Amino acid sequence: MPVLVYTESDKGKFKKNAFEVASYAHKVAQELGDIVTAVAVNNDEHETLGKYGVSKVLNVSNDQLDTFNAKAYANILAQAAEAEGAKVIILSSSADTKFLAPILATKLNGGYVPNVVEAPMSTSPFVVKRTAFSNKGFAHTEITAKTKLIGVSNNAFGVAENETAVNVEDFSPALGDGDFTTRSVEVDKVMGKVTIADADIVVSGGRGLKGPENWGMVEDLAEVLGAATACSKPVSDLGWRPHSEHVGQTGKPVASNLYIAIGISGAIQHLAGVSASKTKVVINNDPEAPFFKAADYGIVGDAFEVVPELIEKLKEFKAQNG
Amino acid sequence: MKILVCISNVPDTTSKINFTEGDTKFDTNGVQFVINPNDEFGLTRAMWFKEKQGATVHVATVGGPQTEPTIRKALAIGADEAIRVNAEPTDGFFVARQLAEVVKNGGYDLIIGGRESIDYNGGMVPGIMATLLDMNFVNTCIGLEIDGNNATAMREIDGGKEKLSTTLPLVIGGQKGLVEESDLRIPNMRGIMMARKKALNVVEPVDAPMPTQDQKFEKPAAKGPVKLVEADNVGGLVDLLHNEAKVI
Ligand SMILES: Cc1cc2nc3c(=O)[nH]c(=O)nc-3n(C[C@H](O)[C@H](O)[C@H](O)COP(=O)(O)OP(=O)(O)OC[C@H]3O[C@@H](n4cnc5c(N)ncnc54)[C@H](O)[C@@H]3O)c2cc1C
Ligand SMILES: Nc1ncnc2c1ncn2[C@@H]1O[C@H](COP(=O)(O)O)[C@@H](O)[C@H]1O
Repeated sequence: MPVLVYTESDKGKFKKNAFEVASYAHKVAQELGDIVTAVAVNNDEHETLGKYGVSKVLNVSNDQLDTFNAKAYANILAQAAEAEGAKVIILSSSADTKFLAPILATKLNGGYVPNVVEAPMSTSPFVVKRTAFSNKGFAHTEITAKTKLIGVSNNAFGVAENETAVNVEDFSPALGDGDFTTRSVEVDKVMGKVTIADADIVVSGGRGLKGPENWGMVEDLAEVLGAATACSKPVSDLGWRPHSEHVGQTGKPVASNLYIAIGISGAIQHLAGVSASKTKVVINNDPEAPFFKAADYGIVGDAFEVVPELIEKLKEFKAQNG
Repeated sequence: MKILVCISNVPDTTSKINFTEGDTKFDTNGVQFVINPNDEFGLTRAMWFKEKQGATVHVATVGGPQTEPTIRKALAIGADEAIRVNAEPTDGFFVARQLAEVVKNGGYDLIIGGRESIDYNGGMVPGIMATLLDMNFVNTCIGLEIDGNNATAMREIDGGKEKLSTTLPLVIGGQKGLVEESDLRIPNMRGIMMARKKALNVVEPVDAPMPTQDQKFEKPAAKGPVKLVEADNVGGLVDLLHNEAKVI
């Protein structure tokens, strides 16, 4: 019984999280003495999965699936799990996967635990550690159902190389009209920009930046770092930035390696959504700003002086370090 | 149109989180409970459907008697009736199964839940419910229009948004965007008085499995103090990020 992993693609290429969940699946498979089987949809770069410990790829090619469809994708994964007899299924934390996961869990009569931050604490009983209370706590959750679905938090486990020979098999699940009763009409996505979900680094601005006209330096900083841009809730409520950039407890969660907060006070609701980030840097002119208590590094200073200087220093650093 | 808004009763967003009974339970001592923020956006959108399209709005929660002030608040905001399934909501599948029963018995066309409860962050109850009921489902929903039997929903995706077309009966997992922050309503005196006269029906749970169980909780390790870099030594920060934190 292999460990099944859903490796997501975007326009025919694996997403970064595909390699992370594959690495996680390999770790679980090692503990169970099994192999890893991946499901990939409309992607032909299967060999790259071998690097992360995948032995077999179920290759689904179907034009109908060029646009993500939660019900249809859940159905494919359910059929793959049944065909392979898989009882452990590893998923990412992307918006699409979090959409399909509860559908899949229900189809398989399984137990689904999202936001898992490390390899299982034990496999018998099957216990995983996940965040709860918006990063203010962790739960050790036992999955008692026969089929176990694990949603791995972004950047929590990381990528681990385990060179393995890959065997690719075509897989043609049966899909019917009933799988397409919800249809995509239009996708409105910023192209050529790193998304908050995929980013290693996130640069975020708060009300301290005074107005939308001052976001140029935030974007410039993000550009030198190859980072995604984000903002606090009032900034999106005021319409300075799009809603999709709002991070925090009621916005998007951030679990990047580096989170840089500029002119953000560090309210508890903001921190709850971003504290899963590994390293946090705060730039704020008020030494009493609560964010300093939650940060690793900080500069007490005026963002309008510090940020342009930081951009310059980073450019110099990049020039020297390639 | 008959709408059911699923409301989870959660600690206020500013709550300090502690655990008790050997770290096996969430410590509710001194904690203020509120309507889950994602559900409050959904409830407010439901009120719009009530006022503009003549919908009937019911709310349901799975929880003990201590959750009643929270559902009374939903009634005070304007929901017509409330249902409380008298059981502790300890597992997402269990909760979804209870709510699915409420939906079957009530004949609802639109079920509005939230993207996630801010306490246990399961993010699964609406999706499980939709699948159990064989209804359409849209998650991270940030916009919803209903025209007869047709629904147009906007959903948040990584890096943007997607417009979807589907039909009733429909379940959504909603969030901010369904309505704006400024549209949220604080119950007024009249609403609170009216809420006292509205039905709050308590029903007993049906048997359902619990595929997951929280064994234990822990708090994140205490953080060390922040390392401050002088504002005139920004290069020092770049150095620390490269050599110490190793993130650039
Ligand atoms: C139910 C609920 C849910 C919420 N959810 C979220 C959420 O998901 N995400 C979120 O972000 N918030 C959320 N909030 C709002 C939260 O409580 C705070 O109001 C918000 O995070 C504050 O945003 P801010 O830090 O940008 O603004 P402020 O609190 O106004 O802070 C601005 C900061 O900028 C600093 N500053 C000013 N000028 C400069 C300068 N020149 N240089 C450097 N620093 C400067 C100030 O010292 C201050 O610390 C929520 C609130 C509620 C009630
Ligand atoms: N105990 C509950 N009672 C009613 N609705 C709930 C309950 N728990 C979760 N929900 C609904 O399901 C959504 C997602 O919750 P969860 O899956 O717990 O993160 C919430 O926003 C609610 O709409």
